[in-house]
Amino acid sequence: MSLEVLGGVYILAAILFVFGLKLMSSPATAVRGNLLSSVGMLIAVVITLLSKEIIDYRYIAGAAILGAVVGAVAARRVAMTGMPEMVALFNGSGGIGSLLVGWAALYSDDRSAFTLITVMISILIGGVTFSGSLVAWAKLSETIGSGAITFGGQRLVNVLILLALVVCSVLIVFNPALTFPLVFVVIALSVLLGVMAVIPIGGADMPVVISLLNSYSGLAACAAGFAINNTILIVAGSLVGAAGLILTNIMCKAMNRSLSNVLFSGFAAPGKAT
Amino acid sequence: MEAVLLAFILMLSVFLGFELIAKVPATLHTPLMSGANAISGITVVGAIIAAGADLGPWSTWLGALAVFFATVNVVGGYMVTDRMLSMFKKKDSDTRGDS
Repeated sequence: MSLEVLGGVYILAAILFVFGLKLMSSPATAVRGNLLSSVGMLIAVVITLLSKEIIDYRYIAGAAILGAVVGAVAARRVAMTGMPEMVALFNGSGGIGSLLVGWAALYSDDRSAFTLITVMISILIGGVTFSGSLVAWAKLSETIGSGAITFGGQRLVNVLILLALVVCSVLIVFNPALTFPLVFVVIALSVLLGVMAVIPIGGADMPVVISLLNSYSGLAACAAGFAINNTILIVAGSLVGAAGLILTNIMCKAMNRSLSNVLFSGFAAPGKAT
Repeated sequence: MEAVLLAFILMLSVFLGFELIAKVPATLHTPLMSGANAISGITVVGAIIAAGADLGPWSTWLGALAVFFATVNVVGGYMVTDRMLSMFKKKDSDTRGDS
């Protein structure tokens, strides 16, 4: 199949995502919107499977069937009240997916600085989304205490983690020979950063946090798209990234709060936060 | 040059995403979040390419693992959104029946 056909079908999928999102913002058409966007996903997956890039189907088939069963059973079984937690888990699952796609891209022949930078970004955002979503899930389901967890010097620790991430990424970009020991440090630090970012936020604010992490998982998919040069990942990922950010903002406004107030409430009033 | 083109696509999609979700009623916040979350499972396409392109054992294994997680996100995300929305639909038809 030619690249033009693949690109054309990707455009069709992107159109379906756009209309799906549009229809989902009105109650009367929301079901149809969800259906449209799932059809878009289906044709994007099918055309990718049929493209000439795919040589070996064995592992894909096994992993996809297993994933579909797990996802379907989880979505069917979850109680109506447990749905926000479930969305958090699914979101974390998408985040680690993007992290792994970025990681796998390191094993291709393309080691240009551009690819390495985008791989680092997809690992960073994917890792934060993954662990942040798991913490959000644990807080909502009260697996861990839902209160804000803060300790002295927490901000300093976060800044140090970020700094270490930047240093490792810069080292990898300027000296690709160091990629393999250092990429594991980047993965570990990204996952740690996600935990550190969500633990100081109280359980009642988790829906907003999940919405923000949802936006991140879109950005992670977008970064992975840059790393492997795939347009549908970039378009769908950035759509979700932007839509998620706006939605987060709308949710904050509905609670009469600002996003920074939600994200840093644990630091501002450690005594009051519950 | 290609990087510039991709950056243009990124910029336009971001603006589109901002515009799409301008006004949305509060009851739809959670389903919309869940539906958008399912779309972010598009990373499954990247995972399929990594797993199937035969670039070596590591790429294949990481890709297969990514296919698994991203498929959970896609299938679970769309199904759970559909369940949330079907809840609304029932409520609507109930109220219509009453009046």
